[in-house]
Amino acid sequence: MVCESWKAKLDTYHDGELSAGEMHSFDAHVRGCLACSADTLSRVQMKRAIHVAGKRFTPSAEFRKRVQHSIARKPQRSFRLGLMLATAAAVILVVGTLTSTYVGTRSGDQVFSEIADLHVATLASSSPVDVISTDRHTVKPWFQGKIPFAFNLPELQNTEFSLLGGRMTYLAQTPGAHLIYDVRKHHISVFVFQERSVRLPAMWDENSISPRKLSFNLQTWSQGGLRYFVVGDASPADIDSLSKLFKAAS
Amino acid sequence: MLSDGIKLRRTGFNLVWISGAGPQSDSFEDLAMPLFDQLYNFARWLTQNREEAEDLVQETYAKALKGFSSFQLGTNFRAWMYRILRNTFLTSRTGLRATSTTSLDSEEEGPELAVENETPETILVRSFNSQLVQSAIDDLPVHFREALLLCDVEEMSYREIAETLSIPIGTVMSRLSRARHTLRDHLERKVQGNETVIEVARGINHGL
Repeated sequence: MVCESWKAKLDTYHDGELSAGEMHSFDAHVRGCLACSADTLSRVQMKRAIHVAGKRFTPSAEFRKRVQHSIARKPQRSFRLGLMLATAAAVILVVGTLTSTYVGTRSGDQVFSEIADLHVATLASSSPVDVISTDRHTVKPWFQGKIPFAFNLPELQNTEFSLLGGRMTYLAQTPGAHLIYDVRKHHISVFVFQERSVRLPAMWDENSISPRKLSFNLQTWSQGGLRYFVVGDASPADIDSLSKLFKAAS
Repeated sequence: MLSDGIKLRRTGFNLVWISGAGPQSDSFEDLAMPLFDQLYNFARWLTQNREEAEDLVQETYAKALKGFSSFQLGTNFRAWMYRILRNTFLTSRTGLRATSTTSLDSEEEGPELAVENETPETILVRSFNSQLVQSAIDDLPVHFREALLLCDVEEMSYREIAETLSIPIGTVMSRLSRARHTLRDHLERKVQGNETVIEVARGINHGL
């Protein structure tokens, strides 16, 4: 009678689904009951046999690959991914445009800051010029072989400007000519570089430079493949006059 | 919490922070592919046909992928996959045919069936034959077969089986009991049949 009550739970026992208390009691009973221990043994063997026999089929590698490929494609996700990539591309484009504009402006400002620095540093030097001469016919030949281009110096007769001399200079690792003029005790620097070596933003001109930033007056133009800068603390009119003289001479 | 996140991100730790964030990082493929072999095995037992099993598994994965967003992470993914596979099978032509021939009369009240001391299992131990067991499992009605396989092959708990088959735990126990009883009957017949064959063969030998 006791066995009958246990037999009803035999499978549950072997499936490990009895409560801990019942499992313990069942173990104790089986150890002392020949019929139940024989039954238990046969059911355990049966369960093991089913476990082994049940693992019968193995998918082919080709089929596994096919299914894996089909779920790896993930249509919804790839759509989401595409959307994300498109958004990212758009953001990069916008940021890139803004950055290039900003950098462009900045590079323009940077060029003129460097021009102003060259002007100031030269004037602060104890020997601002390497060729000291008021004669343009002396100064111009001095640059031969030192810079990879030639340029003309204006005739200063009947003007308030006087040539103090010239020196080699560099901007963005390329050589150029630096001429220093004097007008009513003000020094004006004229820089001449090859146009291709000075990369200014296409939209840039000297008017976009804020005087507050440089504290100098400045003019720049491109002529005959050369880039000219005229910079100094002289009045804008003087800067303009000297610029015109250069433009006329070139 | 937000400031913590920003701080992590700024210090370059955000990748670790996000990737270790828990269930959201589990992809469908990562969860589903480890179940591939056992799902296929189960599908073969249900369909008893290689092509149909492959179609069933393929469809199961497609459906599961589609419905993955509705799956609640943290709940039983294995049972969820098996349920999809089984439901897909039940609505297939083979599934409908198999289930229409299954009698589930009084499965809730089915008495626990005692085993005699000399049983097919003990005979089985003497001459263990996996093919014989496989053949006996094959002969089971599909509702018994699936319950038995989930319990003894996949080693699912009664609760998991109930969840997979969408039936109460009492029904799981009842089906398992009847499945095992039927299997024993089948085995007994098969073993006896084998012995008869052997005896006949012996008789023929003696006759010669």
